[in-house]
Amino acid sequence: MWGVKPRVLVVDDDSALSEMLGIVLRNDGFEPAFVADGSRALAAFKEVKPDIVLLDLMLPGMSGIDVCRGIRAESGTPIIMLTAKGDTTDVVLGLESGADDYVVKPFKPRELVARMRARLRQHDEFVGETLTIGPPDSPVHIDVAGHQVSRDGQAVSLTPLEFDLLVALARKPRQVFTREVLLEQVWGYRHAADTRLVNVHVQRLRSKVERDPEKPEVVLTVRGVGYKAGPA
Amino acid sequence: MTSPLPGEPQDWWSRHPAVVRGKRRLEALTSLWRRSLQLRVATTATVASAVIVLIIGVFLVDQVAGGILRAKRDAAISQARVGLQSAQTVLGGVDAGVVADVADAQQQIISSLTASGTSAGLFSIAIESSTVSNTPSTVTIPKGLRQKVQQNALAWQYAPVPAPVGPSGEVERSVRGLIVGEAVHARTGLFELYYLFPLTAEQQTIALLQRTVWLSGAGLVLLIVGISLLITRQVVRPVRVAARTAGRLAAGDLSQRIQVRGSDDLARLGRSFNDMAGSLQRQIKRLEDLSRLQQRFTSDVSHELRTPLTTIRMASELLLAYRDEFPRELARSVELLHTELDRFESLLADLLEISRYDAGAAKLDSETADMRGVVAQAVQANEVLAKRHGSELLVEQPEVPVLVDMDSRRVERVLRNLIGNALDHGEGRPVEISIGSDEDAVAVTVRDHGVGLRPGEAGLVFNRFWRGDTSRSRLTGGTGLGLAISLEDARLHDGWLQAWGQRGHGAQFRLTLPRRAGHTLLASPLPLTPLDEED
Repeated sequence: MWGVKPRVLVVDDDSALSEMLGIVLRNDGFEPAFVADGSRALAAFKEVKPDIVLLDLMLPGMSGIDVCRGIRAESGTPIIMLTAKGDTTDVVLGLESGADDYVVKPFKPRELVARMRARLRQHDEFVGETLTIGPPDSPVHIDVAGHQVSRDGQAVSLTPLEFDLLVALARKPRQVFTREVLLEQVWGYRHAADTRLVNVHVQRLRSKVERDPEKPEVVLTVRGVGYKAGPA
Repeated sequence: MTSPLPGEPQDWWSRHPAVVRGKRRLEALTSLWRRSLQLRVATTATVASAVIVLIIGVFLVDQVAGGILRAKRDAAISQARVGLQSAQTVLGGVDAGVVADVADAQQQIISSLTASGTSAGLFSIAIESSTVSNTPSTVTIPKGLRQKVQQNALAWQYAPVPAPVGPSGEVERSVRGLIVGEAVHARTGLFELYYLFPLTAEQQTIALLQRTVWLSGAGLVLLIVGISLLITRQVVRPVRVAARTAGRLAAGDLSQRIQVRGSDDLARLGRSFNDMAGSLQRQIKRLEDLSRLQQRFTSDVSHELRTPLTTIRMASELLLAYRDEFPRELARSVELLHTELDRFESLLADLLEISRYDAGAAKLDSETADMRGVVAQAVQANEVLAKRHGSELLVEQPEVPVLVDMDSRRVERVLRNLIGNALDHGEGRPVEISIGSDEDAVAVTVRDHGVGLRPGEAGLVFNRFWRGDTSRSRLTGGTGLGLAISLEDARLHDGWLQAWGQRGHGAQFRLTLPRRAGHTLLASPLPLTPLDEED
C-alpha cells in the first residue's frame, strides 16, 4: 500500500512510551524516529523530514506548543498532538498553534494509527479538477491535483488539512456540512469526536482565505448546524 | 349615573388627582425619612430641643413674672401700711355720713399719701364708705375685696385700674392693676381706703421678658438644628463613603479602600473597614492560589499518570493481539489485564474530571446546537450496550430542531451516561428517551422500567461512589462517578438534573437546560414523574 514506509517523528520525553510507540508503529508499517528534547525537535524535524509528527505537549527544553509553531512556520507536515490534558484551553492552544489533530493519553494504539493514516491518506483526485467558491468579485480557485489555492491571483498557502477541509466544502458548494460529517470526511473519525477540532481549523482556514475573517464569505457558518462553502 | 359596581372600592376620592399627588408626595417623604439618617437626626434634635426650650421658657417666664408681681405686691402692701397712719389721723375726726367732710378728708389723704412717694410707684386712691363713693367710674372695686376690707382686714386683689394720666391727658382707660384695700375707722363708721396700682410697667417688663425668652429660644432651636445637621453630616459622610466602598468591594473590586484621615472613631471605623477588606483580599487571594495549585496538581497528576498508563495500555493491546498464541491461563490473564485497564482508565478519567469541577476549572464551550442531534449521538454510543442487554432504545422527539445554547460534548456525555445507566438497570425492558421544549427551556427524560429506586434513593443517586442494589447486573463497569459528573455538567449549564424512581416501576432521569445561556430555569417542559405513574 505504501511505496515507502512513512517516516514518523516521535517527540516525547518518556523513554518507555517512546519505545512502546516504536514497537507499535513498526508493527503497523511505519518508520519511526525519536527525539526526547523539545529544543532539539526542530533540528530533528529538518534532518528526518518526516511524513507525520507525533508531538507530546509537555516537553523539557521547549514546550510542545512552541515546537508545533516552529514546524508549522516552515512546513505543512501533519502534526498529531499526544496530550495528557483534556482541558479545553490546552487542546485549543495546541490546535491554534498548528496541530492538525490530537489524541488524549491513554490512547489505544489502533486509534492512534487510525488518526495517523487519516492524515496521510491520499485523496482520490481527478486530474485537472479545479473548484471555484467565494464571492463572484473575488473568487477562490482551488487546483485539487496541484494542491494549489489562489485568490485574486495570489497563492494562498494552506496545510494539507486546511486544504482537505476547503476541498470537502468546495466540492458540494450548496450543502451544509455538520461538524460531525466534516470530522468523518476530513479527519477520518468514525465516531463522534471533539467538534472543537472543526471550529479551530475553520478559524485557521478563514484567517488565510477570507478578506475579513470576522465577516466570512468563503466558509460560512450555518447557525446551529455547521458550515458551508460560500456561493461561487 | 351608575352606582358603583360591587367590589369596586368605595373610597373614590382616593383616586382623585390631588389625593394621588398628595399620597405620592407623602410616600416620597416617607421614603426620604427612611433613607436619610441626617433628616431623622435633625428632626429629632429639633423636636427635642423645641420641647426643652418650651419647658424652660415657660418656667423662666413664670418665675420672673411671679417675682416681679410679688415685689410689687409687697411694696404696695407696705405702702398701705404706712398710709394707714395718716389716713387714720385725717379720717378720725370725720363723720362717715357727711359727704362734704369726706371729700375734704379725701383730698387731704391723697395729697399726704402721694406726697410721701414710695418704692411702690405711682398709684391713685379710692375711698369708699357705706354712704360715700368717690371711686372713678372706670373702676369697680371687686365685691370679694370689699367684703374682706369691710371685715377690717388688709386685702389685695389683681383687677383693672385706670391708667395713670400722662402729661398729655389721655382718655381714661383701664389697665391691669393691683388694688390694695384697708379699713380706716372714722369717728362714726368705717371708711374703705383703696390703693390702685397700675401694673403697666410690670406688664411691659414681663412682655419684654417673654419676647426675649421666646426669641432666644427659637434662636437656640435653630442653632441646635444647624449644629445637629453639621454633626450628622460629619458622621454620615464617612459612613456613606464606607457604604459605597463596601458596595464596590461586594461587586468584586477587592482593591477598594477608604481614605482615612485623623484618629477619631470614624477614622477607626475606616481603618477597621480597610483592615477587613485587606484580610478579605488576602483570604480570597489565598483561596485563588490554592485553587490554582489544585488545578496545577490535577493537570500534573493527569500527565504523570497518563503517560505510563499509555505505555501499559499499548503493551496490553499488543499482548492481547497475540493471545491466541499463549497458554490458556496466560491468555485469560491478558484479557483480565486489558479489561481492568479499561476500568482503571475510566475511573482515572472520571476522578480527574470531577477534581476539575472541584477546582472550579471546568469551563463551558457553548454554542447553539440541535438537542436531537446530541440525543442521537448518545443513543448511537449506547447501541452496542443496548444489544447486549437486549433492550430497545425508543426516542420521542419533535419534528423541528430543538436549538439550545450548550456544550454539546458535555450534554452528550450526560445523556450517554443516563442512557447507559437506564440500560444497566432496565432489566432488558425498553428505555424511553423523550425531548420536550418550551420557549425558555429544553428537557430530556430517560425512562427505564427496571427495578426502580427505593424511597429516598432519588436524592442519593448523584452522590459520589453511591451504589444502589449491588446485585444489579452491570455491563458498563461504571465508576460510581458518572451521575455526580453529570450533575456537575448540568449545573455548569445552569440546568437541572433530577431523578424519579419507584420500586418495581423503574426510574426516570430528567435533564433540563435553559435555551439561552445564563437564563434562570423556572420550570421544565417535561414532568419528572412519568405521566403513566401519576396517581
